[in-house]
Amino acid sequence: MQQWFMLTVVGKDQPGIVARVTTRLFDGGCNLGEASMARLGGNFTIMLMAQYDGSIDALRRLLAPDVAALNLHLHIDGIDGHLHAHVVPDTRISVFGADRAGIVAQVTTALAGAGFNVLDLESDVAGTERQPIYVMHIEGCAARGVDALEQALEKVRREGVEVRLVPIDTMIG
Amino acid sequence: MSLLDVVTYPDPRLTQKAIAVAQFDDELRAFVRDLEATMRGGPPSVGIAAPQVGRSLRIAIVDVSVKPNIAHHGRLVLINPEILHAEGSVVGREGCLSVPDYTGNVMRAGRVEVTALDEYGSEMIYAFEGFEARAVQHEIDHLNGLLFLDRLVSRRNDLFRRKVYK
Repeated sequence: MQQWFMLTVVGKDQPGIVARVTTRLFDGGCNLGEASMARLGGNFTIMLMAQYDGSIDALRRLLAPDVAALNLHLHIDGIDGHLHAHVVPDTRISVFGADRAGIVAQVTTALAGAGFNVLDLESDVAGTERQPIYVMHIEGCAARGVDALEQALEKVRREGVEVRLVPIDTMIG
Repeated sequence: MSLLDVVTYPDPRLTQKAIAVAQFDDELRAFVRDLEATMRGGPPSVGIAAPQVGRSLRIAIVDVSVKPNIAHHGRLVLINPEILHAEGSVVGREGCLSVPDYTGNVMRAGRVEVTALDEYGSEMIYAFEGFEARAVQHEIDHLNGLLFLDRLVSRRNDLFRRKVYK
């Protein structure tokens, strides 16, 4: 059976991190699965699936030179590598407004209460330091339908957050 | 009538420009029936093109009538189709029988006018819009050796849905 690990790498962003880490993994006998990199507030973050025959400790030793040279934080978990089983989202939710604490909690709590399962979430703080704005995109499955979501989001909207809900009609041809 | 095997990427037959149909005979109509049965018999899909079953012929079938509340022309057999006119551009999510387990955003014209022959060789002219226009463009791409993978746009930060009609 294939052995999979989830690697989480965080650090100060600089050019060449992905190339260096993935080359080291490839040379060390890893096969990468799915990966997601994001630059969050100037910080480099990546989560990547790696198939590897050795132990967590061996994987950590393999990456140790790069972790030290680039001053990265590395976290490794053993995982099940469930590939070829993507869930297709049916709803996209876009949220924006003046930034304040609690927007993500309010929106996602409302969604969860209406049977929504989040498959993908990304958000940015844009605008300026004096007038920050918050922009978030969520995709997922509305198990209890869009009307239930709309109803649940009314309360959030009344508190001044713009929330737009758009069905994702995937055309399979 | 039989179900045909669907070829999947990276099969090179998906990247070839298909050949125009010249003979509108019973053999063609039998193949169209098999192609349609393959589309309806497999994973849910609203279109299929001959290259997806390994035949280099300019034949596509589209039927988006299962989608509620949209404009459509029902079951369409599009042979040697040509896009006469296209306008607007809309981002939408697509998947493909020939690219299992992946969906992505693709920019398509919002409206297209298409001429095509049916399985008896009669020339038809259609005006498609929205979801049906997207399906027709996706299938015509197959006839030109293109997959939606060739046209992917970023899934991140895509704009709120908007329609732009010139």
